[in-house]
Amino acid sequence: MSLLTGVFVVSIIALVFGLVLGFAAVRFKVEGDPLVDQIDEILPQTQCGQCGYPGCRPYAEAIANGDEINKCPPGGEATIQKLSELTGKEAKPLDEAHGVEDVKKVAYIREDECIGCTKCIQACPVDAIMGANKQMHTVIADECTGCDLCVDPCPVDCIDMIPIPTKAERWKWDLESIPVNVDTAPAASRQVEGV
Amino acid sequence: MASAIKIWSFPGGVHPPERKTLANQTATATTELPEKVYVPVKQHIGAEGQLLVQPGDTVLRGQALTQPGMSGGLPVHAPSSGTVINIAEHTSNHPSGIPTLTITIKLDGKHESIEFTAVENPLEQSPQELIKYIREAGIAGLGGAAYPTAQKLSQTQNTELLIINGVECEPYIVSDDRLMREHAEEIVSGITILQSALQAQQTIVAIEDNKPEAIQAMRQAIESASIEAAVAVVPTKYPSGGEKQLIQLLTGKEVPSNGYPSDMGILMQNVGTAYAIHEAIYLGKPLMERIVTLTGEALQKPGTVWALLGTPVSHLLDSASLQASSKQKVIIGGPMMGYTISDLEVPVVKSTNCILCPTESELPATGHEMACIRCGQCEQVCPASLLPQQLYWYAKASDHDALKQHHLKDCIECGACAYVCPSEIPLVHYYRKAKAEIREELIEQQKADIARQRFEARQARLEREKQARLEKHKKAAEARQAALAARAAAAEADPTEQSTADTAANNGEKQSKVAAAIARAKAKNAAQAESATAEDDKKARVAEAVARAKAKKAAQAESATAEDDKKARVAEAVARAKAKKAAQAESATPEDDKAKQSSQQSDNAEAEKKRRVAAAVARAKAKKAEQQKQQNSVTTSERGDSESS
Amino acid sequence: MSFFIASSPHNHVRRNTQWVMQQVLLAMVPGVLAQVWIFGWGVLIQLAFAIVTAIVAESLFLAFRDKPIKPALRDNTAILTAALLAVSIPPLAPWWVIFIGVIFSIVVVKQVFGGVGQNIFNPAMAGYVLLLVSFPVQMTQWMPPAHLATFNLSFIDSLWLFFTQYTTDGFSVMQVTMVQLGQGIDAVSMATPLDHIRNQLSQGYTLSESLNSPIFGGLAGLGWQEVNMAYFLGGAYLVARRVITWHIPVALLGTLLVASGLGTTFAIDQLPGVNIHLLSGATMLGAFFIATDPVSAATSNKGKVIYAALIGVLVYVIRTWGGYPDAMAFAVLLANLCVPTIDYFSKPRPYGNVKAKESAE
Repeated sequence: MSLLTGVFVVSIIALVFGLVLGFAAVRFKVEGDPLVDQIDEILPQTQCGQCGYPGCRPYAEAIANGDEINKCPPGGEATIQKLSELTGKEAKPLDEAHGVEDVKKVAYIREDECIGCTKCIQACPVDAIMGANKQMHTVIADECTGCDLCVDPCPVDCIDMIPIPTKAERWKWDLESIPVNVDTAPAASRQVEGV
Repeated sequence: MASAIKIWSFPGGVHPPERKTLANQTATATTELPEKVYVPVKQHIGAEGQLLVQPGDTVLRGQALTQPGMSGGLPVHAPSSGTVINIAEHTSNHPSGIPTLTITIKLDGKHESIEFTAVENPLEQSPQELIKYIREAGIAGLGGAAYPTAQKLSQTQNTELLIINGVECEPYIVSDDRLMREHAEEIVSGITILQSALQAQQTIVAIEDNKPEAIQAMRQAIESASIEAAVAVVPTKYPSGGEKQLIQLLTGKEVPSNGYPSDMGILMQNVGTAYAIHEAIYLGKPLMERIVTLTGEALQKPGTVWALLGTPVSHLLDSASLQASSKQKVIIGGPMMGYTISDLEVPVVKSTNCILCPTESELPATGHEMACIRCGQCEQVCPASLLPQQLYWYAKASDHDALKQHHLKDCIECGACAYVCPSEIPLVHYYRKAKAEIREELIEQQKADIARQRFEARQARLEREKQARLEKHKKAAEARQAALAARAAAAEADPTEQSTADTAANNGEKQSKVAAAIARAKAKNAAQAESATAEDDKKARVAEAVARAKAKKAAQAESATAEDDKKARVAEAVARAKAKKAAQAESATPEDDKAKQSSQQSDNAEAEKKRRVAAAVARAKAKKAEQQKQQNSVTTSERGDSESS
Repeated sequence: MSFFIASSPHNHVRRNTQWVMQQVLLAMVPGVLAQVWIFGWGVLIQLAFAIVTAIVAESLFLAFRDKPIKPALRDNTAILTAALLAVSIPPLAPWWVIFIGVIFSIVVVKQVFGGVGQNIFNPAMAGYVLLLVSFPVQMTQWMPPAHLATFNLSFIDSLWLFFTQYTTDGFSVMQVTMVQLGQGIDAVSMATPLDHIRNQLSQGYTLSESLNSPIFGGLAGLGWQEVNMAYFLGGAYLVARRVITWHIPVALLGTLLVASGLGTTFAIDQLPGVNIHLLSGATMLGAFFIATDPVSAATSNKGKVIYAALIGVLVYVIRTWGGYPDAMAFAVLLANLCVPTIDYFSKPRPYGNVKAKESAE
């Protein structure tokens, strides 16, 4: 008898709490960003396709569906770290099969060699190349993501990927990388060089 | 007068050794002209100006080398006469040393000037006019930040308080000290211009109490000029000369974290800037030189000098007799906030207030960085009341969210925390790096957002174009089908129309009509079969084409009147020709010959009649022959039909 | 010639961690001398053995962690931990007591948490508490002060006692103590003044009755008051040299003073007075040398005051109602636990970030 009472009481309690929890789940539901959007937010949006997907959004969808998070060379370790934080997956080192982390680059068309074939325009994932058929093309440097996709289609190989030079305003305080100019030491210091 | 100003205090702060007497004992000297000057195009915060000169041009002292471009900026001026020999990248006077666009002028030593024209009655000019002159003179904040003065002035409305900063709290530096001692009148005259341009209600000149001579000089100058200004003596504590700290010292208020002093009706200018404004307005001289402190125990002749903007640092250090050690630190600015340079050919720029060359024992390199022991000393000296030890942890862990939460952006990088740190941690360096990383992250994020938008726009466009293409194909297919159906309908309707014509023209063509109808029906069947099956069914299309051709032929055969049917016309022509031949053959008999001749000559009508009859006969014969042919072709078409079905 | 590249600031106050710890060790000298004078050579033997153990233990563990040994040892923190622990335990406690305590302090409390700067507990006090709860007998066998002793134990005898528990003549610690005390005083009197008062009070005696014991005299317990005064001197030196700020000692002693003052006012003759509390046990050592450990204390001045006041209250509460006669170690550890919370709530308001409420005023 007491056993039955116990079972009954516990069942009632379970039912009550279940209802409360169920109500709370509906009533206080938190509308979060869909995971794909959050992943897409982290990806660098170069749209380079090095991950094997035709752009960042498709890769974001793939990650949401369980793909590895270490296939994005432009994002590098920082992106892997953030994706790891978001998805809870282990932050593995960058998958070499998809490329290596490189300095930021921008495409540059050697304009006198351009034949105006528009092939690069079709390849550019962010419409950052201007030009028309039989007209010289040029890259809108500010919009270029450095994805490299325009280089191969060019029939005359007139597109270079140029590393973006660091400006003083965007310097990241890497004191170690400052070249020390020894030759231009002043006369006064040269006098004491032997000391 | 000065005692009326209440001096508040700010939290934290340190008292590093001042060491100002090294350089402030002698009057400001002038140096020999250097051989070359390097004038960077951009020496201020903001956009760079547009070049006005080319290599090879001869320039005079005071000549503008650039002018403000589309996006603003400040001009730079030639500090002496000479020839522009190069406009190219040259090591910058920046902690990074990253080269910037620089105009190199080889000086001719004559020091010839353009004609400077002073502004007439400056105090009666409108503020806008005065600001314009100040901009044209290329004046930027000479205290160190090099923010364009004109921009600062024009951004400030309803100024309640104008603060002239002569605090110079950074150890070693005595530029402002010497300037106030030697040129107090000019500074005061510059202050009057500022007052006039800002319509300021109150003016305070703030000086640290370790500069009694400067305080005395400024008080006298203000008194003799009898202007509305007071000298506030602030206690010596680093960093009381920081803009935010000085405002707190003088008003007790804090500049909001996301705001500017102008939001509070306060504007601060350095004494050097006031002096430059005086020069620009009363003498018409643009900013071409500035006072630079050369100090440190590695210099045999420390002191202050008037240096042309663009003078290589090496030239100044030579004049001060640098006794360099094997690992010499050359610091631009003071020991607390200055930066080291790695190339002595960098030029003096508008913000260069001091060149410090300490000996190894004077400012020893920081020792081994040890673990943070959370002693909290940094927290106690932080003038911005931040938690440097927490910022350090988060900066080390690159935890940017936590850094933002702990107000990293409010750090003024004064160095007080790193100065007291017993573990000798270069805290400010960590913060600078973290700030740079956060800035880069923001830029990258913005770039990524744009790239995403562009990518998505492109995807949408491609999708749209694909849809449009599909739509076009579909329409074309529909049109084709419609045309086909119309034609088939027309073909159906044809027999009735044409049979009436036929009955009128020719009554005895039933057989051919039937044949044609059969052919048409079959063609229609074929067409229907075709439309029912896949569009790209070649065979069906071939069959249809064949059927169409046959139907056409049938139609042609049936109606000689078909207008656009060449073949029919040709066939008719052939038939006519045959008929003629036949007629000629008939008339080729002797009788006919006679008749012909007679008809030609006498009885045209009869001959004509005969000829017509003959022609008709010939036509009929031709038709018969045609029908014969037709029959054959129908069988062929039937065979084609059976093939297609 | 080459140039030296560095980030600002380029000058630096010449007080690094090593210097700070040196100063603290230096400031301990008067207190240690007083202890030697009162409790004999055993204090010095404990101190030397503890320091050697600490250095060896830290070196070995750093080697095990693949960390550089030299810079970590140079900061003097291990020596200070060992010294603080050594002066806290009875001078004639056997060698393995201090050995276990130091190993625990250095390895478990400090290094396992990540080394200097990472430990949340004061290593010396954590070690002390471990010893106190593990070896209560050895940890409470305090020598009677030299004032009461009938003869002085020689250095050699102390050394022998330390390592073998017997003097060269074969007497045990207990026997030595008894002999020293002379006849008529039982083993209970080996207790410290705080211990003694506690026992007497719990047996129903009044405070004045318990203070009749020969171990009291002057302001508080004989010997202990001198030791506390000596540590106070050293602490004053630290404050004067600005090695530590006044906040922690003042707040701690102030709270203890107020609490004990209130106690004697409201429970006359039942609770020990201000003099006993301030000059007994580890009060001064704790206020100036232990609670001020920068790593485990709060960081802001406000936080330090709260932290120290908490220790003061805890010391009084544990001494009065708790299970142990002295409470500095427990109080410090409990306050260490509260430090993150204290730090969180005593954060200064950053410049320019005026709260809406304040700006409305």
